[in-house]
Amino acid sequence: MLTPRKRRELRKVGVGLVFISPWIVGFLALNLYPIIASFYYSLTRYSPISSPRFIGLFNYEKLLYFDPLFIKALTNTLYFVVFAVPLGNMLALALAVLLNQKVKGLSVFRTIFYLPSILPLVATSIVWTWLLHPQYGAVSVILAELGLPAISWFSDPQWAKPALIMMSMWGTGWMMLIYLAALQDVPQELYDVASLDGASLWRKFRHVTVPMISPIILFNTIVGLIGAFQYFTEAYIITEGGPGDSTLFYSLYLFQNAFAYFKMGYASAMAWLLFLVILILTFIIFRSSAKRVYYHGS
Amino acid sequence: MIASFGVKRANINNIVSFVLLVGLSAAFILPLFWMITTSLKPIDQLLLDPPVWIPEPLEFENYPNALEAQPFLQYLGNSLQIAVAAVIGAIISNSLVAYGFSRVEWKGRDAVFVLVLSTLMLPYHVVMIPLFVSFSKIGWVNSWLPLIVPAWLGHPFFIFMLRQFMLGIPKELSEATRIDGGSEWILLTRVILPLCKPALATVALFQFIWSWNDFIGPLIYLNDRDLYPMSLGLALYHNSQGITDFSILMAASTMAVVPIIIIFFFMQRVFIQGISLTGLKG
Repeated sequence: MLTPRKRRELRKVGVGLVFISPWIVGFLALNLYPIIASFYYSLTRYSPISSPRFIGLFNYEKLLYFDPLFIKALTNTLYFVVFAVPLGNMLALALAVLLNQKVKGLSVFRTIFYLPSILPLVATSIVWTWLLHPQYGAVSVILAELGLPAISWFSDPQWAKPALIMMSMWGTGWMMLIYLAALQDVPQELYDVASLDGASLWRKFRHVTVPMISPIILFNTIVGLIGAFQYFTEAYIITEGGPGDSTLFYSLYLFQNAFAYFKMGYASAMAWLLFLVILILTFIIFRSSAKRVYYHGS
Repeated sequence: MIASFGVKRANINNIVSFVLLVGLSAAFILPLFWMITTSLKPIDQLLLDPPVWIPEPLEFENYPNALEAQPFLQYLGNSLQIAVAAVIGAIISNSLVAYGFSRVEWKGRDAVFVLVLSTLMLPYHVVMIPLFVSFSKIGWVNSWLPLIVPAWLGHPFFIFMLRQFMLGIPKELSEATRIDGGSEWILLTRVILPLCKPALATVALFQFIWSWNDFIGPLIYLNDRDLYPMSLGLALYHNSQGITDFSILMAASTMAVVPIIIIFFFMQRVFIQGISLTGLKG
C-alpha cells in the first residue's frame, strides 16, 4: 500500500520523466547503446557486409604494436593538440583583454574576431587553401614584400601542421567571447586596490585577472582539448592527410578505416582508445588545476 | 597632477590597445577579403605573380558560373531545409527537457542531470560507427533523417542553457498557475516559454549554425547528389577542381558563408547574449 505522500512523489517523478522523455530516448539510442555497441565492435572483425566476428583484443594489439600509421596519426594529433589548444586559448584571452579596455568600436572588433569561428568549415578550409597557396596566395605576397622566403605551407610536410594550427587560431573567436563575458564580471574594485598598491599592468593581469577567470580558462582548455582531438574537417578538405601523412590526424585515420576500408571493428577500437585518452587527460587537467582554480564563493 | 597623469596613462593604454586591435583585425579579415576579391577576379587575373589585390574590372559573372558548375542553389535549399527542421526539433525537445529538469521537482532529478552533462564529454567518433550501422539497418542512410532526428531528442548544451534560464524564473509564477488549476503543460506553454524567448532564440541560432556547417554527418550518410547540403556539395566540387577554378570556388564559398554572416548581423545581440546565458560567466 502506498501512502498518499508516496503516491504524490511517484506522480511527480512520472511528470518529470514525461518531460525529459525526448532526452531519455536520445540518451539510450544515441549515446548508451552506441557506446556499448562500439566497445563490442572493437573486439570484433567487422565489415558492413559481414556480421561481427569476435577476435578479443586483437584490434587493440594491432593498433598499438603493428600499425605505424596509427602511431603517426596519434603523434600528429598530439602535436596539434599541444600547440593549437594553448595558442588558441592565449590568443582568445589576449583579444578579450584588449577588447575589455573600453576601446572605441568594440562591437566592430568583436564581430571581426568572432565571425570566423561560426562560418562553415568546408568553405573556410577552401579559402585557406587558396590564401596559403605557395605562389598565388595572399600570404605569399605579404611574405615576399617583407623579404621573407616563400613557404609551401600545406604542401610541405614541415609546414602543413603549423599552417593548420594557424588556421585553427583564426577560429578562436568563440573562446574570446566567453573570456570577454568573464572579464566583464571581474569586480573593478580589485583592480583599483591593485592600482593603489602600485601594481603594474602585467601584475594586475597575473594576480587579479587570471585567478578571477581561472574557472573559465579551465573550461575553455577542456572544451578546446576535446575539440582538438576530434579535428577532422580541415584536414579532410585541405590536405587529405598529406603531404607524406604529415596531417593524418586521429579522426581522419579513424574515418578512413571505418568508411573507406570498411574496417568497422578496427575503427571502433580506435574510437575507444581516443575516448580513454580524452578521459584520462581531462582527469589529469582537472586534478592538477584544482589548487590553481579559484571559484567565487568557495 | 597625479590624476592627470593617471588619465594620460589610461589614454596611452587605450591607444596601444586600439592599434593592436586594428592590426589583429586586419589579419582576421584577410582570409575573407581574399575570398571575396578572388570571387570577383576574371580568369586572366587569377594566376598573376605577384597576385592583384583588387581585380580590375570586377567579374561578377563568376557567381552565375558557379551556379551553373554545380546545383549550388539546390544545395543551399537542402541546407536550409535540414537546418530549419533541426531548429524546430531543438526548440521543442530542449524546452520540454529543460522544463523537466528545472520547474518540476522530482526525486533523482539532479543525479540524472549530471548524466546529461556528462554526455557532453563523449566524442562523436565513439558513437559514429554504431549509429551508422543502426541507421542503415532501419533504412535511414541516404536520407536527411540521421541529420534531423537527433536534434529532436535534445542536446546537453541546450538543455543546460535553458535549464539555467528557467531556474531564474521565480517559483511563485508557477504556484499561481497551479492553484488556478492549470496543468504543467499550460504552465510551460503559456507562462514559462514566453519568458524564455531570448534563450530559445539562442538555441535556434546555434542549432541552425551547427546544422548549416555540419560536414561529417552528410559525408557519412548521403550518397545522392540531390540530397547534398551546401557543405558536402562544396567539398566534393573542391576535390574535383584544379587551380584555375579558384575564382568559381571562392564565389561558391562566399555563397556558403553569406547566409551565416547575414544571420549574425541581424541577431548579433542574441549571439552575444547566448554566451552569458550559458551561465559560464560566474
